[in-house]
Amino acid sequence: MNQLGFPILSLITYLPLLGAFLVATLSGDDAKAACKARRIALIFSLVVLLLGVYVWTQFNPAIAGYQFVEVMPWLSGINVEYRMGVDGISLFLIMLTLVLTPIAILASNGIKTRTRSFFAAMLLLETMTIGMFAATDFVLFYVFFEAVLLPMYLIIGVWGGEKRIYAAVKFFVFTLAGSLFMLLAVVWIWRHLGTTNMAVMAHANIPASAQTWLFLAFLAAFGVKAAVWPLHTWLPDAYGEAPVPGTIMLAAVLSKMGAYGFLRFAIPMLPSASASFEPLMFVLGVVAVIYISYVALAQTDMKRLIAYSSVAHMGVIIIGLFTFTVEGIEGALFQMLSHGIVIAGLFICAGIITARGESLALKNLGGLARNMPVFAAALMLFTLANMGLPGTSGFIGEILVIVGALKVNFWVSLLGGAGMVLGVTYSLVLVRAVLFEKYAKPDLAVLKDLTCREYAMLVPLAVLVMWLGVYPSSFTHAFDAPIAALVQAHTAALNPHMALAMVTAK
Amino acid sequence: MTDFYSLLPALFLGVGGMVLLLGGVLTKASDTTPGITFGAIVLLAVAAVLCWVAPDALLFGGLLKTSLFTRYADSLVYLAAIAALILSVDYNKRERIARFEYPVLVLFAVLGMIVMISAADMMSLYIGFELQSLALYICAAMARDSVRSTEAGLKYFVLGALASGLLLYGISLVYGFAGTTNFAALGEVFRAGARPGTIVGVVFVLTGLAFKISAAPFHMWAPDVYEGSPSSVTALFATAPKAAALALFLSVMAGPFAHLTGQWEMLIQIVAVLSMAIGALAAIGQSNIKRLLAYSSIGHMGYALMGLVTGTAGGIQASLVYIAIYVVMSFGAFACVIAMRRNGQAVEQISDLAGLAGEHPAFAFAFAVFMWSMAGIPPLAGFFAKLYVFYTAFNAGYDTLTIIGIIASIVSAFYYLRVIKVMYFDKGQPGFDKTSAGAGFVMAVGAFATIVFVVIPGPLMALAGEAAKALMG
Repeated sequence: MNQLGFPILSLITYLPLLGAFLVATLSGDDAKAACKARRIALIFSLVVLLLGVYVWTQFNPAIAGYQFVEVMPWLSGINVEYRMGVDGISLFLIMLTLVLTPIAILASNGIKTRTRSFFAAMLLLETMTIGMFAATDFVLFYVFFEAVLLPMYLIIGVWGGEKRIYAAVKFFVFTLAGSLFMLLAVVWIWRHLGTTNMAVMAHANIPASAQTWLFLAFLAAFGVKAAVWPLHTWLPDAYGEAPVPGTIMLAAVLSKMGAYGFLRFAIPMLPSASASFEPLMFVLGVVAVIYISYVALAQTDMKRLIAYSSVAHMGVIIIGLFTFTVEGIEGALFQMLSHGIVIAGLFICAGIITARGESLALKNLGGLARNMPVFAAALMLFTLANMGLPGTSGFIGEILVIVGALKVNFWVSLLGGAGMVLGVTYSLVLVRAVLFEKYAKPDLAVLKDLTCREYAMLVPLAVLVMWLGVYPSSFTHAFDAPIAALVQAHTAALNPHMALAMVTAK
Repeated sequence: MTDFYSLLPALFLGVGGMVLLLGGVLTKASDTTPGITFGAIVLLAVAAVLCWVAPDALLFGGLLKTSLFTRYADSLVYLAAIAALILSVDYNKRERIARFEYPVLVLFAVLGMIVMISAADMMSLYIGFELQSLALYICAAMARDSVRSTEAGLKYFVLGALASGLLLYGISLVYGFAGTTNFAALGEVFRAGARPGTIVGVVFVLTGLAFKISAAPFHMWAPDVYEGSPSSVTALFATAPKAAALALFLSVMAGPFAHLTGQWEMLIQIVAVLSMAIGALAAIGQSNIKRLLAYSSIGHMGYALMGLVTGTAGGIQASLVYIAIYVVMSFGAFACVIAMRRNGQAVEQISDLAGLAGEHPAFAFAFAVFMWSMAGIPPLAGFFAKLYVFYTAFNAGYDTLTIIGIIASIVSAFYYLRVIKVMYFDKGQPGFDKTSAGAGFVMAVGAFATIVFVVIPGPLMALAGEAAKALMG
């Protein structure tokens, strides 16, 4: 079956589901059950995290293809199999999910109503997300990709802020509409190839005339999910209205699903369309970086400011992916990991302020550095990482993307780099408004610094930010092989003669 | 003698139904309804087992034919009827319409459906069609003192009679031009093509059948009848007759008219597109949950017909899978509708569901599962039902049809989502009644099947495939 002789990926995927079931069926009065539910959810998410670390240690970075492969018959009538597997790309996205879920669960002490359902929904979300990254059959991928909507819709709509219903419905309808176009595209490829095995689909030889349409369909699905400008309008609402743990999962993990989709489907399957849409994607990326940075600068609410900064960073990721260079794609992937961790940290900081009963309007904050020094240090660290300061994780991703872009187009590189400067602007505005200046209200002066629970959330993230920033190759070496293979296949698909020459030269 | 073995389930139902009727009339006990309902459920369950034991045969000189296909469709009808009867016990009692005739009528309706499904001749088709329709007209008007129910019964009767008339007229035309009513013989005659008069007949037959499955543009009766009939009866209407009529639709189109594909294919496409569009658009404005489900079922019939359009065994298989999943989702959803009671009163407005998730999480979850499944969101069964029909239609080259189907399903997701929104997000008054055991049971079974389908899709798929092969010969 695989090198462990054991379906470890399925185990990691479905353990949280079991946890969700246990949590949902807890009996007893609400207060007691809430406590128990939180504990069960935390235990399950930590156990799967350990299993994930085990997979990482057993992972062979030299192999470009899928590892820990599981194959089982599934929809036998239409030739679809249950296939799971990870390569260097999906491994780290799974790790990201595994790390952030327990942190999001820790961050959910603000949830007071229907706690059992909430933790069940969080665990369900973890199952669906991991399943999506681990699926290597397209239909299976689609099932997980869509199923993510169900728990997320409830998390935003039931436990969200004031405009939660609007945000939840907008989120659902946008994503559903996008993904049905993807379904259509895939059914087309399915008809063309006769299989939905992603390893086979990646080398599909699709006629160039069809690629354009297929690419647009993928763009609709993954562009919405990744909140590529101008498909991002659901995002500030959803991020702003979702409860803090929901925002963490949305911003850190769910937004990566879109970028992952581009990397996994659009680029390898549709090389010529990807190449011809490269300018469009660059424009979208650059607009996201520059325009959205200005929009972020104009925000008056901390959560929405962070949300817009997230859209700007997605622009960097898109630029990186569509350079089709090893540096650019590695940078994009690195940026995905880094952004996931940093944005989670920032939203947790926002959550810490709301947990102390303060609003997130920037004009009502200020001066928190004085009596909350540790909090201030953490927020500072994540903000610096968000603007890409050397030594933090954000720097590595952005510099790689800029280098990759420089190889392709000087102006894209320059304008994308300009985004970093703008990132500094809004980041500093955020820091100044929250941590420095005078207290906007006298009661800010009596706020307490971090509690143990908050340390438990922020310390792992802070360590990861530094680790990724100082010693990036402990991560990059795992995705070197698949990305090199991807870039090579892309070049070969575009220039068959050159590829032939390369092969003969070897 | 073998004839009778093969007919055993139907005979059993007919005789059993009459015995129950006599029992109901003759017993002096004050309330015989629960006992008779229980008896009817047992009869249906035994008949369901018998139909799998009975051998394949061509009966009574080619009037009826049993095969794996009829068994598949029969089982769906039995399942739906059993679910509807379980739901009726408590509901009819609370609404004071508990009459022992109801289960007996359901038995006769089921008998009619069995004859319809097994029909191998236009005459037996019509007899089965009428037997089930007459029994169902009475069911619709069962709440005699309610104006709405009487109106529903009358509407159903008048429009149903029209449909029967069209069907009969179509049959007479077909007979007139082909000289036979036997399916197999008709198939032979049409192998050489058909004259225009025959085509008119085929169109009339198609119209009559489309009326019965409430496919657009012959759907007008459905929302009113669904809304007016007592909910327990609506639960039956939305499931058993639909499954039977769709099975009949498939067996007529793929049987005697198989060689006329070129003539009816476009018609079915139009019916499918209209049904999907009306199911998606007209449901948006509904505030009554029963009307909403009526429009939703119109839409579902459109998707189910998409499989038939291809005219292949694969397409029939997709339709059969669709209808099986539809039946399960529907009786589940109607179990939820029946459980909608506040302070002893049955309520039907979607807004009455507000706050349900806080008060009855399991009930709300089951309802949400059915809504999501009908919207076709994975990993629920409804998604796979749609995936199969889209896949077969697209593979057969019906690109536009598939795209329309996908768009309709995005639009319809919106109103299903609204039900969930009301249950989970809106604040409501407390005061939901406790769900009755019967409704809870049906709900749980339906939700379980809808969720678990993703894990074991194989058996149903394979069975539907075999059934489709049995139909295509």
